[in-house]
Amino acid sequence: MNSDTSQQLQQQVQSAYKEKTALCIVGGNSKVFYGRHVTGEPLNVSDHRGVLNYEPTELVITARAGTPLREIEKVLSDNGQMLPFEPPAFSNDATLGGTIACNLSGPRRAYAGAARDFLLGCKIINGKGELLTFGGEVMKNVAGYDVSRLMAGAMGTLGVLLEVSLKVLPIAEMEATQQFECNASEALDKLHQWSKTPLPLSASSFHDSVLRVRLSGATKAVEAAISTIGGDSTDSASRYWHELKEQQQDFFKDDKPLWRISLASDIESLGLPADYENDDCLYEWGGALRWLKSHVPADTIQSTAAKLDGHASLLGTPRQEGQFQPLTPGLLRIHKNLKQAFDPENILNPGRLYPGL
Amino acid sequence: MHNTEQVESKIDSAGLIDELCSFVSSDSVLFEKEDLKPYECDGLSAYRAIPLVVVLPETIEQVQKVLGLCHHYSVPVVARGAGTGLSGGALPHEQGVLLSLAKFKSIIEINPERRIARVQPGVRNLAISEAADEFGLYYAPDPSSQIACTIGGNVAENSGGVHCLKYGLTVHNIQQIKIITIEGEILTIGGSGLDSAGYDLLALMTGSEGMLGVIVEVTVKLLPKPERAQVLLAAFDDVVKAGEAVGNIIAAGIIPAGLEMMDRLAISAAEDFVHAGYPLDAEAILLCELDGTNEEVSEHVLKVRELFKHSGATEVRTAKDENERLTFWKGRKAAFPAVGRLSPDYYCMDGTIPRKQLPKVLESIATLSKEYELPVANVFHAGDGNLHPLILYDANNPGELERTEEFGGKILELCVAVGGTITGEHGVGMEKINQMCVQFDRLELSQFHAVKAAFDPDGLLNPGKAVPTLHRCAEFGAMHVHKGELPFPELERF
Ligand SMILES: Cc1cc2nc3c(=O)[nH]c(=O)nc-3n(C[C@H](O)[C@H](O)[C@H](O)COP(=O)(O)OP(=O)(O)OC[C@H]3O[C@@H](n4cnc5c(N)ncnc54)[C@H](O)[C@@H]3O)c2cc1C
Repeated sequence: MNSDTSQQLQQQVQSAYKEKTALCIVGGNSKVFYGRHVTGEPLNVSDHRGVLNYEPTELVITARAGTPLREIEKVLSDNGQMLPFEPPAFSNDATLGGTIACNLSGPRRAYAGAARDFLLGCKIINGKGELLTFGGEVMKNVAGYDVSRLMAGAMGTLGVLLEVSLKVLPIAEMEATQQFECNASEALDKLHQWSKTPLPLSASSFHDSVLRVRLSGATKAVEAAISTIGGDSTDSASRYWHELKEQQQDFFKDDKPLWRISLASDIESLGLPADYENDDCLYEWGGALRWLKSHVPADTIQSTAAKLDGHASLLGTPRQEGQFQPLTPGLLRIHKNLKQAFDPENILNPGRLYPGL
Repeated sequence: MHNTEQVESKIDSAGLIDELCSFVSSDSVLFEKEDLKPYECDGLSAYRAIPLVVVLPETIEQVQKVLGLCHHYSVPVVARGAGTGLSGGALPHEQGVLLSLAKFKSIIEINPERRIARVQPGVRNLAISEAADEFGLYYAPDPSSQIACTIGGNVAENSGGVHCLKYGLTVHNIQQIKIITIEGEILTIGGSGLDSAGYDLLALMTGSEGMLGVIVEVTVKLLPKPERAQVLLAAFDDVVKAGEAVGNIIAAGIIPAGLEMMDRLAISAAEDFVHAGYPLDAEAILLCELDGTNEEVSEHVLKVRELFKHSGATEVRTAKDENERLTFWKGRKAAFPAVGRLSPDYYCMDGTIPRKQLPKVLESIATLSKEYELPVANVFHAGDGNLHPLILYDANNPGELERTEEFGGKILELCVAVGGTITGEHGVGMEKINQMCVQFDRLELSQFHAVKAAFDPDGLLNPGKAVPTLHRCAEFGAMHVHKGELPFPELERF
């Protein structure tokens, strides 16, 4: 299954650069709904696959970008390790490259870090068809600008990811989930109280008057934490967190537009107009991430999020494309300059992130 | 070799000083030779230059005006925090302004609910943890220079500390920054959530060495102080065994809060200096700090003890109380000055290597040490592979500094050759500018220059640092073998 298609990929980008034709970078096609639509010739990265280096005691894995995420997770779990940012896959075909390009992270994000936090290095093809390597396989590296991390969340608009090196961590000895009946304000209070103390928290969610908290760590630490925080133990918790991460819970099976709002964890009310005040909302990340199902107009919710110093993105559906929070004019200028610096002919996933980028 | 880049500015120094004095109080604009002298170097004192003028603004508006002015007249600007940098990053530009952030000292806000501190860039690293202490919180990255270095400098260098294996570097522990662009515009990067829209400019700014903008505010994340921390000290009669012990701990699924190694010369220097009770007959010692909940730490201490013994430690000690824990650390934290006492001068290197390459790298360093006739003490952030060889020399001996620099350059090239990097946390600055030509090829360096131009098209922010010109690399390459034909042919390649 392992194969190196970097040469073909590079040639395809080089000729697209010469002919100024747009390319639509495709991995497993599992996250098309995330972001805006791209029209362009497909650049298929999914055949460029295989784990290139994995040494558990170095806590590093390097793999080609087309390697299925499942395969990476399997190799790691066989060695008692994991991707600490618990990425959602959304399909069996999800690739490592797509995961990093979207910088999507799961329930553990608030407690362990995001995809970008574990990114150590990458090999890319920029919009001129040049093959470039940044970062590496070591934990600490400050030589040159941190171009690797810049790739996380750039959604392929700055470069085609070819290889990715990530820091990995051991799987915790024990995991347990406790749940509590309470209202939103009580839930946030509890989460903040706990977050101020050194508890081994690894996930949290609140929806429908139920607060759930996952604890991960050494067995004794988790047992002690359970007796500190109380609550009811839950069965099938690992399925719960999996379905939350993959958006397979009933909450997500709805025709209403789904908003992802990232903001300070202690904000109780978004302050939306009365019509939308009671729209269904699911909390994650200790309160710092809210999923809102609402017909609220985009500019209303995005200006609300901006006022709270956060941001809101609309997840796309087969019928409607996704949409990210508009940038301030100053940041937009820097974004355009950077796009120009990596992809002067604007051929890599043009418009996927923002119009003109 | 340390000359700053030539630029053509459109103003004479007297005119510049006049304009600066029109909006910054005149005692905060320094231009007399004796006032400029304290700013001539950072922590890397072998590199010195006197700037045209030093300005110490007090408000963000003043920083905006300073930058706007420099932009208008094409005058280079070098930002400076506490000047503890070890790579010449804050080395002044002879034809430029040195912009000191020393007056930006206030902690604007500590929000225990959000677990953040919003501070000005001139706030000292340790001052943040001190201020957060009453809430049971602290700021995790702890460079050994933490009593002096500023958070602005930390962001500019992406500084680490002895706890970064578990808690990450600066880039993992900040949430938002405000920067002033060379045009004088203020930009807010990041947000109060855990992520923000668009490109990860926060990561790009972190470690950018004052080349992309001037940081005027930083919001850092705070963590709850661990319930308990415990340190073990293990002695080994062989550095290879010590290196294997590190791998064995990690293979057992334990991520220590800190995992540090010192070699024989470093041990004896530290022991002489602070009397930490280190075993002087050991070839290497490891300090392993475990933190977390009480129960977790107890369990891990037992496990690590066993792992050390199993890995061939000749002695394992567990600090019996907080005092002894601090004593164990004291020797490590004072390792640089301790080694400094052994010789008139020392030169601190900062390569990172894949941990498994440690024995090979130490062996090669020992060989080079003989070849150059310069002793080396090794201090190692063993958990994350960041090596600090300290070369002992005497700048008063003619030619010795040059020999030291050449030796240092070889060590960095060695790190690249085994799959590592020329700098783990001290930055490229002026010091490692040539080795950048070894680590990166032409296209990669050009990409860096394009990134720089996206922020600072005229190249006025810290010119000549961090990323070498292709011309410079061509000259350097003429003296050195390059990628195709790497040095250290005996080593396995990656
Ligand atoms: C004894 C000793 C021990 C050390 N230990 C460690 C260690 O354990 N880990 C580690 O990582 N480092 C260590 N260092 C290196 C140094 O302390 C760090 O690099 C530190 O972050 C520098 O902070 P500073 O305020 O002194 O910055 P400076 O030296 O003043 O500046 C460093 C760089 O940052 C830029 N800069 C400074 N402020 C700003 C700003 N506001 N906006 C934009 N750019 C800015 C400067 O232009 C320069 O390029 C050590 C240094 C010494 C002397």
